[in-house]
Amino acid sequence: MKSGCIKSVLLAFLLAISLPALANEAAPKAALPNAEDPVIEQRLVNLAEDLRCLVCQNESLAGSHAELAEDLRREIREQMKAGKDDREVIAYLTERYGDFVLYRPPFKPVTYLLWLGPLLFLGIGGGAWVMTLRRRRAVQAAPVDEKKLAAAAQLLEEK
Amino acid sequence: MKRWLPLVLFVVLVGFFAKGLFLNPREVPSPFIGRAAPAFTLPLVGDANASFSPADLKGQVWLLNIWAPWCVSCRQEHGFLMQLTQSGRIPIVGLNWKDKAREAEALLARTGSPYVAVPEDLDGRVGIDYGVTGTPETFIIDQAGIVRLKHIGPIGPDVWQTKFEPKLKELGA
Repeated sequence: MKSGCIKSVLLAFLLAISLPALANEAAPKAALPNAEDPVIEQRLVNLAEDLRCLVCQNESLAGSHAELAEDLRREIREQMKAGKDDREVIAYLTERYGDFVLYRPPFKPVTYLLWLGPLLFLGIGGGAWVMTLRRRRAVQAAPVDEKKLAAAAQLLEEK
Repeated sequence: MKRWLPLVLFVVLVGFFAKGLFLNPREVPSPFIGRAAPAFTLPLVGDANASFSPADLKGQVWLLNIWAPWCVSCRQEHGFLMQLTQSGRIPIVGLNWKDKAREAEALLARTGSPYVAVPEDLDGRVGIDYGVTGTPETFIIDQAGIVRLKHIGPIGPDVWQTKFEPKLKELGA
């Protein structure tokens, strides 16, 4: 009886920790309602993972179940079937939704700070670090009084 | 001075966070401002033989309001749009977006229509051409057919006074 109880608790625990994994598994499949053309579907998923769903902004276009995301995937699918390459599809989307739709925004004047910001902060941190080290070295290099040194040695010897 | 540096940095950070907290993440900058409004020709709700195209209103400043009968916040702004139309301020075109259940005609008959025309965008393509993310969205389109302003979300007296009126005055409408 008791071991059965422990077993069911264990089972519940295992199910609970595996839930997020199941959820992750389910997410990208939103983009695969009809896999009649696996090549295009794969291209669509690859591309849509880097695109933002405009409705639920923290979800990718590949993973979102929002109706607009479905429409946009349909649009992308049709354009790919018509022979457009990924760049042209992205141009189609940014023309309508702006760079906001891209999870990897392009490198241009408005996004310089975004892309170079981390380097800037690394520079500030590195500068502060170097300055602190220099200051410490300066403290260590303070002149040592010869007399005091001799007195200390004498004390040690006496012991 | 050095003692105050952490405090100063902290205050600056809090300032950024406070600003970020009150930004509206749905207010995505539109790439359409200053560009020609995308052309389309769509049948009208209630009269499939007639159609509407933005070129029909060339020479006027007008509002393109993207709405849908299933959209709750569209009902919220409906009353204000009615007032606008009754005051004769500006013609409003109501693009009926993805109304698969075809409810628009009955709804407008019941509540009254603030629109001069209600083109029907059944599969949502025209909405996508206008970069719609969620209804309601409203554009000001000028005499030359250029998009001048985009507003996401319902319009009320406040938004109208602070956002639309200044832009309309600028356009001489």
